[in-house]
Amino acid sequence: MDSLDSIRITYFQECDELLADLEQNLLMLEAGEGDGDTINAVFRAVHSVKGGAGAFGFEALVAFAHIFETTLDDMRSGKLDADADVIKIMLRASDALVDHVQAAKGKGTVNEDRAATITQELEALVGGGEAADASAGEGGDDGWGFKPLAFDIGGLADATAEGMILHMRPTAAMYVKGHDAVLFLRELERTGPCEIEIDTSALPGLDALDPEASYLTWTVRWGAAVDEVAVRDVFDFVGEDCPIEIVREAVAIQELEAGPVDPPPIDIEAMLASVRETAGPAVASADEKGEKPAQPAAKTESKAAGAAATIRVDLERVDRMIDLVGELVINQAMLAQRVAESELGRSSSISMGLDELEALTREIQDSVMAIRAQPVKSVFQRMPRLVRELAGATGKDVRLVMEGEGTEVDKTVIERLSDPITHMLRNAIDHGLETPEERAAAGKPVEGVVRLAALHRSGRIVIEVDDDGKGINRPVVRQIAVKKGLIAADAPLTDDEIDNLIFLPGFSTATAVSNISGRGVGMDVVKRSIQALGGRISIASNPGRGSTFTLSLPLTLAVLDGMVISVGDQTLVAPLTAIVETLRPKPDEVRPLGPDAAVLAVRGAHVPLIDVGVALGLRRTPIDATSGVILLVEGEGGARAGLVADEIQGQRQVVIKSLEANYARVDGIAAATILGDGRVALILDVDAIIAAQRDRAEPKPLALAS
Amino acid sequence: MDAAKSHAELLELISFRIGEQEFCLDIMAVREVRGWAAATPLPHSPPYVRGMINLRGAVLPILDLKCRLGLGETTPTQRSVIIVVHIGQRLVGLLVDEVSEVLEVDRGTIQATPSVGCGTVETFVRGIIPLEGRMLSWIELGEILPAQVEEAA
Repeated sequence: MDSLDSIRITYFQECDELLADLEQNLLMLEAGEGDGDTINAVFRAVHSVKGGAGAFGFEALVAFAHIFETTLDDMRSGKLDADADVIKIMLRASDALVDHVQAAKGKGTVNEDRAATITQELEALVGGGEAADASAGEGGDDGWGFKPLAFDIGGLADATAEGMILHMRPTAAMYVKGHDAVLFLRELERTGPCEIEIDTSALPGLDALDPEASYLTWTVRWGAAVDEVAVRDVFDFVGEDCPIEIVREAVAIQELEAGPVDPPPIDIEAMLASVRETAGPAVASADEKGEKPAQPAAKTESKAAGAAATIRVDLERVDRMIDLVGELVINQAMLAQRVAESELGRSSSISMGLDELEALTREIQDSVMAIRAQPVKSVFQRMPRLVRELAGATGKDVRLVMEGEGTEVDKTVIERLSDPITHMLRNAIDHGLETPEERAAAGKPVEGVVRLAALHRSGRIVIEVDDDGKGINRPVVRQIAVKKGLIAADAPLTDDEIDNLIFLPGFSTATAVSNISGRGVGMDVVKRSIQALGGRISIASNPGRGSTFTLSLPLTLAVLDGMVISVGDQTLVAPLTAIVETLRPKPDEVRPLGPDAAVLAVRGAHVPLIDVGVALGLRRTPIDATSGVILLVEGEGGARAGLVADEIQGQRQVVIKSLEANYARVDGIAAATILGDGRVALILDVDAIIAAQRDRAEPKPLALAS
Repeated sequence: MDAAKSHAELLELISFRIGEQEFCLDIMAVREVRGWAAATPLPHSPPYVRGMINLRGAVLPILDLKCRLGLGETTPTQRSVIIVVHIGQRLVGLLVDEVSEVLEVDRGTIQATPSVGCGTVETFVRGIIPLEGRMLSWIELGEILPAQVEEAA
């Protein structure tokens, strides 16, 4: 990888975080929870995005960020009120900024019309003068919107004696970190009328020029009163990499008075050229110094995050560690098994040491998993924009309420949450919520509310999406399902079953195909992808009052609590979450039904029995259920079954190993794991086993999938 | 120049035996060779898929190469070995009776597979290598895995 590329990747990583913070803070302002610090944070985020973009020459991004920043600056200085309308524009601008960043990444393009509209709206906010300056920045040929400023300092003699001189001496280290002196000068220019002078005396001839060194220094003179704090703020990000010296002296004024009335013309072209020359190679060579690029990243990060002590770690390293801890768990189990086989007493010192090792191993595993756990916030924070856009596209008035953003879940799961949540939100807004007119007619508030919540429930993460719309129109859903041949016309279905028809493949209730929810491919695809992860999804609807989608997934896709069972000479693992209870049936509880099937009578109900060995093709004939054990399991949609196994070996946390990595998905098997003896054991896919049994039994046409 | 030439013309192979026949594989595809260990059978899989084994934490399938080539099922013995190979992104173990040697052959000596009217041979044998009066069949790994595995990829 090119070293500049790696810095660019770091920049985009930071951009993603900055943009997320930006939206978050704007939303806080919208909710009226923000204060001056929030506005400052918003400003800094846009400013940092712009700064980096300048270094990489993303001109469109810089131009837009500049306009945005100008508006924010007005808000920061109190010239512009942060009222609801302004924030709405800011939110749209932040969406547009995201688009620009994406475009700079080479992913996607900027919607020119929309960008233009937002640019105009932003310019309208700052009003005439500054807007003109802003658009000049956009069209300016230097790409930074930096204009040489010549001004009359004739009146300075009358100014207060509070003049100030700043000496700025950037070090080479500053350029290495991708900062750009021009940007600081631009910032300084905003603090008040000033005169900027470049000192090129240290600049050697080309033959002696070290492209990575810093030769240029600047002197900035303010004639009038200037806020020293604001000036120091400009250098907030660079610290000692750009030493500054501030002089507040009456002498300064005298000097100015004595000086020529017209400031010497500033040769911007030469300045830019020299800066580019210096910054370019410096940036390019940064990676050659090993760990160096990681440092600025960590530094800015810690500054932005305040006092929180965090480090940025490559995900691969964490994953590697999780793999290793998985190995450690397996090895520890193997060792324990060998010790057990060696018939040393439980109280022998080896056994006791081993128990301690086990506790430690478990703790290490939990800690390592915790490193990778992340709050669902990273997924949730993308949703407000989606909702805004959907609301705009459908002409509906929507408010998104989010709860439980801090709920933590393993990274492997986080990545898989985004698509289903997007689909559920689309469905809620497109199909669930009514138009404002319909809502008014139904006597509801015009603004529809969509709630997105995350919570932990019995070792799983549950995501709920509910709306206060019209709910599912059951007669229509039923009619469509009949018409499409998905169910028989006279099928006796409960309300719940009708609601869940929307998860059937090829089902769509939208009378007009909209480009939002697509062509009804959504929900069944969502359902399948969630099932593949060991999750469940269901919908509950209350006609006229709204619908609730509930999605549950395991907290991690890396480990699983399982019941280890024996079937024939094989050892299998059943996920504990699916097991309701285990029992050894009495002879009168197992009743034959039909030629070769049997049911289990359990507390008045009868559940079908499935011989695990037969279901997986490990043996031809089922064992006598009364001689084995029964795992009473509950599949997705509440379907119960009794899985017949020979023996239960015990409960254990197992490390999940994908079968797909080196082979393929296998029906009835969710994944594999490695047991204490080093052998591979398969993890049952309980839902698939129940479904396979039912598919075998039920004749066509299609029955309810769940 | 010489090195480049030898690279282009020489092929490094690992040869092994299945029943009475000798086969070989491009050594670049081989990650390691290990002893036989019982595999955990997979449900709903073709007969030549012996099951899954644990290779230092990775779970990989073991294919009975003899069975895959239509020569009947292998009865593993002490001498049976598993050749772990890369097929695309996957790691797969091939069960064979015995590994013989590592050898270098000139690409020019490789002969096209004679047509014997057998689909299995046409699919899995890339070419024939005559060697000191013996004959090695050069195995093509591309379609060794069951078709549905490749589809899933």
